[in-house]
Amino acid sequence: MLDIKHVYKTFNKGTPVQKEALIDLNLHLEEGDFVTIIGGNGAGKSTMLNAVAGVFELDKGHVSIDGHDVTKDPEYKRAKYIGRVFQDPLRGTAGDMWIEENLAFALRRGKNRSFRWGISNKEREQFVELLKTLDLGLEDRLDSKVGLLSGGQRQALTLLMATIKKPQLLLLDEHTAALDPKTAKTVLDMTNKVVTENNLTTLMVTHNMNDAIKYGNRLIMMDHGHIIFDISGEEKKNLKVSDLLAKFEEVSGKELSNDRMLFAK
Amino acid sequence: MNIISWLWDIQGGATLGVIWAIMALGLYLTYRVLNYADLTVDGSLTLGGAISAVCVAAGVQPILAILIATVGGMMAGSVTGFLHTKFKIPDLLAGILTQFALYSINLRIMGKANFGLLNEVTLFSQIKDLGIPSKWAGLLIGVVFAVVLIIGVYCFFGTEIGCALRATGNNPHMVKAMGANTKVYIVLGLVVGNGLVAMSGALLAQYQGYADINMGVGTIVIGLAAIMIGEVLFSKKTYFHRLAGVVIGSVVYRIIIAFVLRISLTADTVIKITADDMKLITAIIVVIALVVPGLKDAALAKTSAKEGE
Ligand SMILES: Nc1ncnc2c1ncn2[C@@H]1O[C@H](COP(=O)(O)OP(=O)(O)OP(=O)(O)O)[C@@H](O)[C@H]1O
Ligand SMILES: [Mg+2]
Repeated sequence: MLDIKHVYKTFNKGTPVQKEALIDLNLHLEEGDFVTIIGGNGAGKSTMLNAVAGVFELDKGHVSIDGHDVTKDPEYKRAKYIGRVFQDPLRGTAGDMWIEENLAFALRRGKNRSFRWGISNKEREQFVELLKTLDLGLEDRLDSKVGLLSGGQRQALTLLMATIKKPQLLLLDEHTAALDPKTAKTVLDMTNKVVTENNLTTLMVTHNMNDAIKYGNRLIMMDHGHIIFDISGEEKKNLKVSDLLAKFEEVSGKELSNDRMLFAK
Repeated sequence: MNIISWLWDIQGGATLGVIWAIMALGLYLTYRVLNYADLTVDGSLTLGGAISAVCVAAGVQPILAILIATVGGMMAGSVTGFLHTKFKIPDLLAGILTQFALYSINLRIMGKANFGLLNEVTLFSQIKDLGIPSKWAGLLIGVVFAVVLIIGVYCFFGTEIGCALRATGNNPHMVKAMGANTKVYIVLGLVVGNGLVAMSGALLAQYQGYADINMGVGTIVIGLAAIMIGEVLFSKKTYFHRLAGVVIGSVVYRIIIAFVLRISLTADTVIKITADDMKLITAIIVVIALVVPGLKDAALAKTSAKEGE
């Protein structure tokens, strides 16, 4: 479903702050793979997701989604294959627009937009049903501005928007990191439900090792623009946090020093 | 003081207000909806006036002259849009460059700095010929244009393309992530916005009976004054309220100006305020409108912080 082949990306090339963010990165995902991604700060996790989404041009390498080579496609063209939820709850929604307008906009992801009405009554009914499944009371607030919602409600809505038109690929970049623990858990359970029910091919960056082990069928660990550890199936299910820490030290020769990494709970 | 002359001030202010309101609607589209500070407008208002005047003098149907002028404004907007999206020139600079270039183009179109329309057939003279008193013809035409355009822009905002345009001004990241090309919508917004500005200039030239190379000076500030007065006076509940607010704001602005002039005319002040001082007064109005909401928020925050203690 997704192929990342020999991808290189260096930021600020030729300046003193030059940073090699991705170095010969390779990844192949089967349809329905739910991959969690962990790694220290600056390991290149977000950069990998951005490379897939087309936020910048690659220095080298290829990305293809569902058999389509999208390496040369700008962000908005690839969006027809991709649903995305960002770390910042403000980023995935238009705060000055209504809930129903945001959903209607998301329903037209990757389609040509015309002078037809931006939203139909039939769609409104569909939105009410979908919002009910979130169980946040948003189904009565179709004409509320999204800017009035809490961070958690906004992330839940963004998740709904990212998946309302089933994407070939779902990219989640620490999408619960800005939420309080309880809300984070709710949004994460919601995520797991929508991913497994729709069999969505998913890349999910998290800094919570327990979550990385608990969710998904495959786990990868990144460091210095490389994938240093890739584990799936039964082996992943039996993984423990201590195994991950040991693995990190073994491969990278240093301790996993990441302030935000959560080990316990 | 003569109450009748005050009433005529209101009437005259309202007429100019609705005609300039069309410009303010265009500016609202770029400045508020698209979140793009577009300085093209000073040039495109004059462009609209110039095209309209030259066409009318050449015997073109006045309403057709206004449409041609509108298309001219749209082209000016597209130039700014391309400078910004294709060549990545910052928004302010892109607008200034187009505006600067338009000065020469407008002079070329008119052939001189002031193009009079003495005894030419204009939209306003046509309405007068239908038997409507000349004092009211201007107001009637202005109101018809403003109402039709409010409805038109409102409906446009409801379409898929209109939604994408609004979203582009609100959160371009989200728009790209949802598969829409923000550049297209930025150009579109500038095209429609400057079209409206030029339409306003076209009507104005026919109303006042001339086009002038400097008629557009300060357009952006006047438009901002109208938008901000409208926002202070009117609810922001729906886009219908907001667009109507822009028109009301423009009318109120013109009435304020007319009153200020009237007072300075009758009052015994040392310095006589003249029409030339209006730019200073307008700038002060905009500064107040920019600062007051912030002060209000700060005061609210202070009181709620105190209550929280
Ligand atoms: N747009 C950019 N411009 C310059 N440098 C960048 C840019 N984006 C990322 N980098 C750099 O590339 C490296 C990888 O960053 P990236 O955001 O991918 O890390 P990450 O694994 O997501 O880390 P975190 O856990 O902190 O989110 C970092 O050193 C970062 O500073
Ligand atoms: Mg990151």
